[in-house]
Amino acid sequence: MMSAKYLAQGDLSAWLGALAQGRRVLVPVRENGAVVFRPYGPGVAPVLSRQADSPPKESVFPSTERLMEFSYSKDPENLGKVALDIKETVNAPATVVFGGRPCDARGFTVFDRVYDTKAIRDPYYAERRASTLFVTLACDAPETTCFCNSVGSSPVDADGSDVLLTPVEGGWLVEAVSERGKALLDAPALKDAPASAQEQAKAAQEAAVAAMPPAWDAAPAAAKLIEKFDDMGFWDNVSAKCISCGACTYLCPTCYCFTVTDERSGMKGERIRTWDTCMSFQFTLEASGHNPRPTKAYRLKNRVGHKFSYYPDIHKGPIACCGCGRCIKLCPVSVDIREIVRLAMELPTATAGKP
Amino acid sequence: MTTMMNPYLPEIATVLEVIQETPNIKTFRVVLNNKDRMAKFKYEPGQVGQLSVFGVGEATFVINSPPTRMEYLQFSVMLTGEVTSMLHTLSPGDQVGVRAPLGNWFPYESMKGKNVVFIGGGIGMAPLRTLLLFMLDNRKDYKNISLLYGARSPEDMAFKYDLPDWSSRKDMTTVLTIDREAPGWEHKVGLIPNVLLEMNPSPKKTVAITCGPPIMIKFTLQALKKLGFEDDQIVTTLEKRMKCGVGICGRCNIGTKYVCMDGPVFTYAQLKELPNEL
Repeated sequence: MMSAKYLAQGDLSAWLGALAQGRRVLVPVRENGAVVFRPYGPGVAPVLSRQADSPPKESVFPSTERLMEFSYSKDPENLGKVALDIKETVNAPATVVFGGRPCDARGFTVFDRVYDTKAIRDPYYAERRASTLFVTLACDAPETTCFCNSVGSSPVDADGSDVLLTPVEGGWLVEAVSERGKALLDAPALKDAPASAQEQAKAAQEAAVAAMPPAWDAAPAAAKLIEKFDDMGFWDNVSAKCISCGACTYLCPTCYCFTVTDERSGMKGERIRTWDTCMSFQFTLEASGHNPRPTKAYRLKNRVGHKFSYYPDIHKGPIACCGCGRCIKLCPVSVDIREIVRLAMELPTATAGKP
Repeated sequence: MTTMMNPYLPEIATVLEVIQETPNIKTFRVVLNNKDRMAKFKYEPGQVGQLSVFGVGEATFVINSPPTRMEYLQFSVMLTGEVTSMLHTLSPGDQVGVRAPLGNWFPYESMKGKNVVFIGGGIGMAPLRTLLLFMLDNRKDYKNISLLYGARSPEDMAFKYDLPDWSSRKDMTTVLTIDREAPGWEHKVGLIPNVLLEMNPSPKKTVAITCGPPIMIKFTLQALKKLGFEDDQIVTTLEKRMKCGVGICGRCNIGTKYVCMDGPVFTYAQLKELPNEL
C-alpha cells in the first residue's frame, strides 16, 4: 500500500467532480430498480451501500462495439470495378470506474490473461484497459451469494484495482494500490488520513473478511470436473432448471466470449463485436448443422468447466470466477454455480453409460 | 494497420479466379492487394484463414494451395450457410477480406522419410490437397505417397484439374472412389473405409492423414486401426464453429484446447486425450 488519504462523506461529490475532469467516471446508480454503472455528472447519486446488480464490465469490454468500418467506392474510370477500404476503430476514452467491489475489478485480471498476452493483443480491450482506472470500495457487507473467499479472493482484495476505499467513521480511507492510482489521490477533497482512520480501516477490513461465509477450496474442482465430463446424468441433473437465458454470463465480471457480425447499408458498413454466451444453442452450432454442445447440460458443463477447470489449467492456477455471486442472485431459476462445483467435488462419478 | 497489430483486421484481397468444383463447391483463388504483403506472406500446409465478405461476415477455410506455389491463396468453399452463400456469388475482381494464416499445421517434418497415406472424403480433400502438393513439391523427403479420394458421385469430386496428374504420376498411387456406380466412371466404387481395407496399406513407417465428413472419419479410423495403425500414426484436421480465430472469443474449445490455436490439426492420439466433445 502506498500513501493513504481520508475522504469525508461530505467531500465525495467534490472528489468525483475532480475525477470527472476530462474523463468519464462510471458510478453505480439506481436505474429502473436495479443498480448499474452509469456516467457521473451533476445530480447523479452513487449507490455505494451494496453491490451493483451488473458489473462494470462494459467500461472495458462494451456489450457492443465497432471493430472496424468499411466502405466501397466505384472506380470512376471503370464503374464495374469496386475498391474496398477498411478503417480500424479503436475507441478508448479515459475512464474511472468508481465504487465497484473487489470482485468487479478482479474480473479484468481474468480477461488480461486472454486478451493481452505475449502472443495476441486485442487492441480494443488492451487500450481501453490501459485508459481505465478502478477506484474500488472494500466490501463490508457481503451478500448471501458472495463466495470470493472460495476462489482465491477476498472482500478487501485489491487485485485489479488502482485505489481501494475502506469505510471508516464519517468517510473512507483512500489507499492507492497502483502507481496510476496514486495520481488520483492528488485532489483537494482528500485529506491526510489520521492514524485513527488507518486503524479503523484495518479493523473494518478484518471484519469484512470475518463476515464472509466460511471459505471452501474450489481448486480441487479442476480435476473433478474433467472426471465428470462424460457423466451426463450429473450434468442433466444440475442443468435441469436452467432455461438457457444466458443472464449468468452477461452479468458475470469474468465472462468474455463474443461474436462478430457485419452490418452493411449501401456502400458503407461496420464489423461489430457483441457479447455472446456459451449458454446459447447457436454458440457452437456448425454450418453443417452439427452441434458439439447440443443440450443445455453440455453448455452448462462448458461454463462451469471453463471457469473452474480449463482456465485454471491453461493459466496455471487462477480460477476464472471472482465469486461475485451475481449468476446465483440474478438467475431467474436459481441455478447455483457453488452447488454445482461442490457436487462435482463430492459426488462419485458415474461411468456407466459413458459413450 | 497490419494484422500483426490488430488480429481482427483482415487484409483486402482480390478474387483472381473462381472455379466451380462441384454443384455445391466453388474454389476461390485470391491475391492480397498489398503486393509486398503477398510477396512476404508465409504459411504452413494445413493452416486456415478467415475469409470475409464485408457486410455478411467471416468464415474459416483451409488454405488449400501449398506454400510452395505462391501465385495465389486458394480456398474451397462448400455452400452451407450465410457467408458461404455470399462467397458463391463472387466473381473475379471482387474484393474480400483475408485473415491468415491461423492455427497449427500438418507435422510434415516428422513425416520425412516415411510413407504417407492420404484419405480424403468430399470437401475434406481440401486440406489434404495442400499437404499432398507440398509433399509432391518436396518429393524426395517422403517415401511412398498414396491417395484415396472418395466422393458421393463423379460430379461431387473436386479438384478435377489435379486428378489427371495425380493419377498418372509414377511417384504416387491414386485411388478414386464413388459411393455408387455411375455411367462412365472407370475407378473404384465403394465407401472409403472399405476401399481402404482393400488397398491394405502397411502401417510400417507410415502416417495416415484423413479428413472428411464425421461419419467417414469414424469408419476410416476403425479401418486404420484394423490395418494396424497406431493412434499417433493417424492425423486429422477438425472443423469447428470459429469467430476470432485467435483463441479469444471462446467457442471452439474442446476442454482446454482451442481448435483455432491448438488445432485444427490433431493426431488421433491427441484427440483421444481431449474431452469427448467433437
